[in-house]
Amino acid sequence: MSSTSPTHSTPQRVPVIEKILSANDQVAALNRALLDEHRVLAINLMASPGAGKTSFILATIQALAGRARIGVVEGDTAPVTIDADKVIAAGMPAVQINTGGDCHLDAVMLRDGLHQLPLDDLDLLVIENVGNLVCPAAFDLGAHLSVLIASVPEGDDKPYKYPAIYRGVDVLIINKIDLLPYVRFNMDYFRQGVEMLNPGLVTFPVSCSSGEGLAGWIAWLEGKLKAKRDGEPA
Amino acid sequence: MHELAVTESILNIALKHAQQAGASRVTDLHLVIGRLSSIIDDSIQFYWDMISENTICQGARLHFQRVPAQMLCLNCGHTFTLESELTPCPTCKSAQVKVTSGEQFYLDSIEIEKP
Repeated sequence: MSSTSPTHSTPQRVPVIEKILSANDQVAALNRALLDEHRVLAINLMASPGAGKTSFILATIQALAGRARIGVVEGDTAPVTIDADKVIAAGMPAVQINTGGDCHLDAVMLRDGLHQLPLDDLDLLVIENVGNLVCPAAFDLGAHLSVLIASVPEGDDKPYKYPAIYRGVDVLIINKIDLLPYVRFNMDYFRQGVEMLNPGLVTFPVSCSSGEGLAGWIAWLEGKLKAKRDGEPA
Repeated sequence: MHELAVTESILNIALKHAQQAGASRVTDLHLVIGRLSSIIDDSIQFYWDMISENTICQGARLHFQRVPAQMLCLNCGHTFTLESELTPCPTCKSAQVKVTSGEQFYLDSIEIEKP
């Protein structure tokens, strides 16, 4: 600061106090308003790669068949349509967003995806975020609910290692509980970490392969869908 | 990992406020980052040097104020700072704790020069 040249006035401090991702948050608010207008309940589904996001979506679609119209946005880092193809094969509209290598979806990417979906014909939109436990936590998309899938083989230390993502979610799915007898996973230690970060978090231990526990999740989700149809906030 | 997107946002916010204040140059940026927001200072600095080139922010110094994570024990009322990883209350060992600080992630102020 001593290097101020004579042609310049003294450096001046300008208060800013603006959230760094405020631009993203503004677009997210517009996305939420658009979804509300169409009475679509949107879920931002986050997890590490391989936790079972797509299997969970397919199981949810199957369980709600004939009772809710579901659309899916698939976030992928590469232009592969494996996940989107599975959803379309299940008879639901799906849009794939290729992030071009980015580690997360952001609100602008979702806005583009929303414009490609028949929102008037949907009750539920599931947004499958990029498989990652770090970056998606920072970017609000405009969904009504954030759902995190943790899977048993990932290990019981994940809340301790990735606190930010556990802080911000509304629902936790513990997937692959059918593997508990075969994997070293201390459920008490895991749930203690979750409890410290997000007390009272709504949690459903499930297995997408055996179907165990899914009924509880579906019943909870149907309650949220009904509230959305009736115009209540999620 | 998402530091490029974050750095672009920092630049946009700084340029907006600098222009509003009639600045000819931005010399310093003061960022406040809580320990629970997963941001790496070095990566931001790396991208900053690249993307601020040819703007009035070129060469501006980034200052990171790191805010530790503060916890409140709901069982015994003890407040404590997270030193490394998440731990139960050091006094009563209860896991009934609440994060009270550590998620800050904002641009606090900039220092500018005027023509």
